Formats: sequence, C-alpha cells, structure tokens
Amino acid sequence: MKEIVVLSGKGGTGKTSLTLALAGLGPEKVLADCDVDAADMHLVLHPEVQETHEFISGERAWIDPQVCTECGECIEHCRFEAIDPSFRVRDELCEGCALCSHVCPVGAVQMLERHCGSWYKSLTRFGPLVHASLGIGEENSGKLVTTVRTEAGAWAEENGAELVLVDGSPGIGCPVIASLTNADLALIVAEPTMSALSDLERIFDLVEHFGIAAQVVVNKSDINNELVERIEAICSDRGIPIIGRLGYDQAVTRAQIAGQTILEYDPDNLGQTIRDIWKNLEISL
Amino acid sequence: MRLAIASGKGGTGKTTVAVNLATILAGLGQEVTLADCDVEEPNAHIYLGADWLYQEQQSVPVPQIDTSACLGESCLKCVQECRFKALIWMVDAVMVFPELCHSCGLCQYLCPSGAISEGIRNIGLLRSAKSRGISLVGGLLRVGEAMAPPLIKRVKETADANAGLQIVDAPPGASCPVIASVEDADYVVLVAEPTPFGLHDLRLTVELLKSLRLPFGVVINRDGMGDGRVDDFLAEADIPVLARLPHSQKAASISSKGQLLVERHEDFLGYFEQLWSAIQSFSPRVESSESR
Repeated sequence: MKEIVVLSGKGGTGKTSLTLALAGLGPEKVLADCDVDAADMHLVLHPEVQETHEFISGERAWIDPQVCTECGECIEHCRFEAIDPSFRVRDELCEGCALCSHVCPVGAVQMLERHCGSWYKSLTRFGPLVHASLGIGEENSGKLVTTVRTEAGAWAEENGAELVLVDGSPGIGCPVIASLTNADLALIVAEPTMSALSDLERIFDLVEHFGIAAQVVVNKSDINNELVERIEAICSDRGIPIIGRLGYDQAVTRAQIAGQTILEYDPDNLGQTIRDIWKNLEISL
Repeated sequence: MRLAIASGKGGTGKTTVAVNLATILAGLGQEVTLADCDVEEPNAHIYLGADWLYQEQQSVPVPQIDTSACLGESCLKCVQECRFKALIWMVDAVMVFPELCHSCGLCQYLCPSGAISEGIRNIGLLRSAKSRGISLVGGLLRVGEAMAPPLIKRVKETADANAGLQIVDAPPGASCPVIASVEDADYVVLVAEPTPFGLHDLRLTVELLKSLRLPFGVVINRDGMGDGRVDDFLAEADIPVLARLPHSQKAASISSKGQLLVERHEDFLGYFEQLWSAIQSFSPRVESSESR
C-alpha cells in the first residue's frame, strides 16, 4: 500500500481540485482529507457518512469560581496568557499544559477533556473517504490530521486497497508535517506567481527535511511563462520531476459549482491532462 | 488600531489586500505597520519590494536535564505530568523531545531537585524592513518547526512597538496560527472567493470570529469568477460587504509578478480606496488611528 499526499505550501493553488480529479483514476484507494482546518473534499464527493467519531485530544483548564480566591498565581505562571483578569480560562489560548492546576494553592483548577472536533468514515463514488471537522477555535489540528491519515491507512489495509490519497493543507507547519509522516510521495502543486514560487521552495525544503520523494504539477501554467521557467529551473536543480501542467481554466470553478471533479466535468480537455498526470504518477509508484 | 486580514481558504487574496491597503494608507501619510503573520509562507515583502534591515533568530525555551541532579526513576514527575509527551524515561535517564515541547514550564516547576533548566529550540527568524513608507515586520518559521504561534506572537509584539495603524496579514485556516494572529484585532477583514470551497471556508472563519467576539466585514475577491452563494450567505447573515475586487486577468497577471495593484491598475486604486472608507464606516475605532 502506498500513500500519496498532495501539498502546495501556498493555499489556493488547486490541491483539492487535483486530489479530487485523481480520486477517479487508478487502483482501489482510500481518500483522506487532511486539510482539517478547511476541509472541502466533501463538497464534491457528497460522502455518505458511515461512522462518526468524536475527536478528544488533550485537555483544557477550568477554574471553579466557587473555589478560586483570585490570588493570581495561575495568571502569573501561565505562559499562554490563557487566563483573563477575571480568572476565566480563554479556551482558544489554553494549551492544556496543566501548570495552573499545579500552582493553584486551593485546587480551583480542573483539567477537562477537550473535544476538538469529529472525524468520519464515509463512502463516496470513488471509494472510502476519511475526513474530519475541527471544532471552532480548537487546536490540535496536527493530531486530528494524524488520526485521519492513520484511519485511512488502516481502512486501506482492511480493504486490500493499494493506495491512500491524501489532500493536505497549506503551509509548512504542524498539520502539513502530520500529513507528510509516512507518505511515500508528496505531489506538490506549483503555481507561476512570485508568492507561490517562494512558498514552493519552502515546501521543497520541508519534504527534503523529512526525506520524502516529491513530484510537481504546475497549475495555471499559462499565466506567466517566465515564472514557469523559474519553476522548471528550481525543480531541475533539486532533481524533482514535473509530471504535468494544467492551464488556467474556468472549468475548474464551474466543476466545483456543479459538485463534480474536473475529470467528470471536462473529461476531454482537463480530464485528458489529469489522466496523463496519473500515468506519470503510476510509473513512480 | 489593529486591523487583521484573514480567510479560511488559502489563496483567496489576503496578502494582496494587506499590501495594497497598506500602500495606499502610507501614501495618504498614515503611519502603517504591516505584520506578516503568515510565518509558514510569508509573502508580503515580495510585493513591497522590501529588503530586510534586521533579522534575528528566535527560540522558545525547552527543558534541559542535568542528569547528575535528576532523582531518576524514583521521581519521574516531569515524565508523568508533561501533557505533550515531550519527556520520556529511556533506560536510565530522562530524555527530552524538544520538537514536542510547548514551552509551558511545568516540568521545571515540578522538578523537586532543580535538575531542569531552560535550553532552547530555534523556531525561525524575526525580521523587519521599511518600504514605501510602510514598516514591515515578519517571521520565517524554521523548516521542520511545527508550531507557528510562538513566532507569530513575536511578530506582533515587535509590530506593537510602532505607533499608528497596524495591518496583520494572517495565515489561512481556522486553528491556532489564525487565532494567534487575529485574537486581539480591533477589526477583521475577511477575504472570500465566490466559489463553493470559498463559501464553505468563509463560513468556518465567520464562526471562529463570532466565537472570538471580533467585529468583521468581507471583501469579495475575484468577484464574478464563481456563483452568487457567497453573496446570499452574507446577506442572510447580515455581514457587510466592504468591497468587491473583480475577477480580472490583468489583475491576476500584475499580482503574479509580485506587483501592487494600486500602483499598476487604476480601477484597483479606486477599489482599495472604497475598501478603506468601508472599513472606517463599519469599524468606528479605525477612524482615529492614533488611539490604539
């Protein structure tokens, strides 16, 4: 079983549209939406949820106002400024370290389980999907990503599926690192803009840091030829193959509006390019 | 006055809005600081053509164990109490996993023998520049570092030292790095794209801002590229549309080169002026930028 994660560094380059299109090709697979901050795959996949699981991770502090003497020890020791002057814990800033519960001289602080969101096992027209929704303002997105990825892997084992296809999140921080762990290949979506170019080098550095092989698809490849050449130069310097190019096409947005993948919406033009990309991808697996 | 620019979805145009707005305000003689809080993928300096005048390595404290003072297996308080599993007992010593540490200080506080002191973990660079009359402060997260919020806090603290208006360019998403960037803003400008993905991620961010009790309005970017569902949602939820930036190939081309729309596209100068007056009318606190 192989695991491919689709990443880009910069947001909005077309990760999810590409992942969805690839979902319709190749062997039996399990899909995983690891962009738990802003999960969008379900908008096109219309999953039938089979199982819903609560995601409980870490703790948060709660100060019992009946017991609290407002001595200020907790505020002084908390490094996250998570306790306001009226001795209420600001949930969105609390990291659940429990230092306040240790420094409180009267035992007013309780550590409570943290419900950070939910994750789901669903069925779609392209096979199983593991996805999640992070609670509003919750942290631990990295751990939720790990849960989604691990569950997708376990489901693939169970079904004898050959592939786990993961849609990652933008950036290079904790959720991206969590989605990269265990991946056999990072498929990176590049875009010929100055911002995306700088972000591309950062995501290359990250996959290199974790020793994971990478391949590139250039999206919106016709909006700036000079920058496409720079992408090509960077990729060739680093020995990262470019396995496909997609021109800017409003059909990508129209497909989204129609609730379809670009392979379904435009099987001849965009669809053919996607099939070629898959062929190249298949060779390297 | 602190104005944050945010969006759930990536690539909707946060940085475009932040740099162009900062540029016209600086042009009006306003004192403006731009805090680039997208420390994972910072880009504001590209558009402003800024050269960093100052760069400094930043770190967070992580435990360092003096094995000669450690009480060993008879104690293990630090190992048992660390919520992040950053300390474990390995054969005959406490071992630290600095990448997992949240720098809370619990282990040091609990250690009965004073065997724990503070070492450091590098988190990236803090840097600043001046360009087009704008003070730019930013961070560059070390590749491999998972936690962005500590560096985001440094960026904001540094920006806070400047007077005048502060514009915060937030990272995408709706979790901790976004919260760290926007939680103390006086007003938030959400940049949304009129597509199904754009709408879904906008909804998430709206919920987040409501839970943080922050006032906000929306800029619709690439207006006309998708459908009308973002408009319907905003009307129904009674959320103000501050400005519309039309879907334009010329604008996309200017931005792709890392150039400023307000300097290269006459229409966009007008749109950003409209945006600024809308921000002023919807957010009463913005008017007197001196009284931050």
